[in-house]
Amino acid sequence: MKVINIEGVEAEVEQGGTRLRVRADFVEDVNVGDYVLVHAGFVIQKLDENEALETLRLLEMLGMGVQSTPVAEG
Amino acid sequence: MRWVSEFRDGSIAKLILERINELAEHECTLMEVCGTHTMAIARFGIRQVLPKSIRLVSGPGCPVCVTTQSDIDRFISIGQIDGVVLATFGDMVKVPGSKISLRDARAHGIDVRVVYSPFEAVELARQMPNRKVVFVSIGFETTTPGIALAIMQAEKERLRNFFIYPANKLVPPAMKALLSFDDVCVDGFICPGHVSTIIGTRPYEPIATDYGKPCVIAGFEPLDILQAVFMLLMQIRYGQAKVENQYRRVVRPEGNEAARKAIYEVFEPNSVEWRGLGLIECSGLKLRSKYEHFDALLNFDVQVPPTSEHPECQCGRILRGAAVPTDCPLFASACTPEHPIGPCMVSSEGACAAYFRYREVSLS
Amino acid sequence: MHELIKLVFLPAFANEMLSPLSDSAIGNFDGYKIAITTDAFVVSPIEFPGGDIGKLSVCGTVNDLSVAGARPIWLCASFIVEEGLPIETLERIANSMRHAAIEAGVSIVAGDTKVVGKGACDKLFIVTSGVGVVQADLNAKHIREGDVVIVNGYVGDHGIAVMSKREGLGFETEVESDCAPLWSLVESLLYGCKTLRCLKDPTRGGLATALHELAEAASVCIEIDEDAIPIRPSVLTACELLGIDPLYVANEGKLVAIVSRDEAEVALSIMRSHPLGKHASIIGRVIAEPKGQLVIRTTIGSRRLVEPFSGEQLPRIC
Repeated sequence: MKVINIEGVEAEVEQGGTRLRVRADFVEDVNVGDYVLVHAGFVIQKLDENEALETLRLLEMLGMGVQSTPVAEG
Repeated sequence: MRWVSEFRDGSIAKLILERINELAEHECTLMEVCGTHTMAIARFGIRQVLPKSIRLVSGPGCPVCVTTQSDIDRFISIGQIDGVVLATFGDMVKVPGSKISLRDARAHGIDVRVVYSPFEAVELARQMPNRKVVFVSIGFETTTPGIALAIMQAEKERLRNFFIYPANKLVPPAMKALLSFDDVCVDGFICPGHVSTIIGTRPYEPIATDYGKPCVIAGFEPLDILQAVFMLLMQIRYGQAKVENQYRRVVRPEGNEAARKAIYEVFEPNSVEWRGLGLIECSGLKLRSKYEHFDALLNFDVQVPPTSEHPECQCGRILRGAAVPTDCPLFASACTPEHPIGPCMVSSEGACAAYFRYREVSLS
Repeated sequence: MHELIKLVFLPAFANEMLSPLSDSAIGNFDGYKIAITTDAFVVSPIEFPGGDIGKLSVCGTVNDLSVAGARPIWLCASFIVEEGLPIETLERIANSMRHAAIEAGVSIVAGDTKVVGKGACDKLFIVTSGVGVVQADLNAKHIREGDVVIVNGYVGDHGIAVMSKREGLGFETEVESDCAPLWSLVESLLYGCKTLRCLKDPTRGGLATALHELAEAASVCIEIDEDAIPIRPSVLTACELLGIDPLYVANEGKLVAIVSRDEAEVALSIMRSHPLGKHASIIGRVIAEPKGQLVIRTTIGSRRLVEPFSGEQLPRIC
């Protein structure tokens, strides 16, 4: 979900027009515009957009049968 | 929807299934250890489109299902004590105790409130100073940080009418424990995405190195799960056993330090009973002495008669992957979502609920 | 609840008009085919984005008649009012009933009001009955293998709009109830389609329950494609937050139409040219096996059963 505003640990996130108030105690420097993973009312991690794009690239390569080396660990 | 729809693309999924088919030669059993994975696999019908040689089984990944019968009976009896208000997540309400479920107990007058977060339970305690609010504290490493924070808040406000029934559990110890059962055979683990967001990748290392089981942390969309299956098959094909992270867009190797700090500020590991797995070392969480006054078990003593479970219910074996719901004689006949017998049918993330709700139909 | 109907009420009132348990009962009277229906409305909260219990009670009754192929003519409404409900609220609700009745072309010809003590009911309950003149013989028995399934727009709007106004769920959304009287849409379908087999309004229990009931009544299998079902991203997100499947969420301005394959495009264009069918889509087809079941083809090409709604997933939505 996407952060649309944040004050201290109180954040508001949105996806597809639906908004949710959550707490961001467990993730530092959450900013408006960040995509975050939310679980049971808490932000538990920021989504890394480069890693997301990298995963999609690997998926496409895998789909085309390009023998991808096993994904780097961790 | 950004960063969701891209990972549900049916055309890429079909291509990856072709790659998986090329790799899958001999029989192998892969276990997912997270209720959210159990539901996603059933909802997207992934089991059906995988090659027949790949068997997907569910592990102890649903926090409601792994709660033992005696814990359920005990917190129901606490709920029956005068002045007690029992606050719980929705799924727990329907789980059958030996005699009655919370929902039936509610019909007989005990005060049960469904909450969506532990902070709502603390709020109940604030609003009702003359009542004793007991929060049924279940969940794995993903839910526990929020519970810990709520307890610290209750401590700060000196709320003496707020308690928790401690039943939080840790996933990696259970994964190791189930490998010691001789009726369990697992060739690789699809590791839980949310839990790993908190604990990172390192806690699974012993499972890969000491037990030789490939582990891949996966996200929850179809492409995530299919890619994780492919990565597991690659490891099996090349005789490897290591921890890989498919859900790299969210899970960092070091996990979420702040969340773990909150857990271990309030709780410390102890040995607890799991349904279907028995007693497991360092697999539970009990309140540290500084927060012991919140422990419902120390504040309410209730005698709980020996538990009784339906003799034919297979939830115990299903929870450790020794059986699948369709192996159970009660499945979809005596045991349905409307008249559930075992917790795996009651909980919205239970394996039996997933199998029942999303039953496969032949591809012809 | 289904058991309650089968175990208690059906044996007590058994007659051939009642036994099909369809949205409206149809009988012959002096050469006219008359449809009659009744509904109870207990939605909470009683006012929600896109409507209120008053508009809902008129639309729900009109739609039950319309999907039976009957032009709604008369409505009755009984009100059970909790002591202390502000008059202004009742006036707002009566006013929205008036507008809905005008839009649907029906008159509210009779009614009753009972005030009950505080706590005896939750603000306001409305019970309605409706009479219509049957214009076409729509029946699940007409469904044939190869027919096409069409829905007239986005699913799940009503249920999520109501849920979003309940405290404790913590999410907000711009989604409005799709509550609307469907007779004019049905009329244009009846006029333009020769092979319209039957219609159904997917209210409580959602699209899944409505289609499952049709498949059972016609002892065919209905197969739908997950990717073809129109769902707003905001509704899909809300459902995922609540852990529920949008196929089970209530709608109050939707219908599913079963029509022959040859006339599918005709029916689709009729719907899309009507204000209540702008987002109509073909979502599936009728096949032979497995009989009496609803099957979904998922985004990754697997096929699985869709069970009818069971349990109390979304209480007091209609």
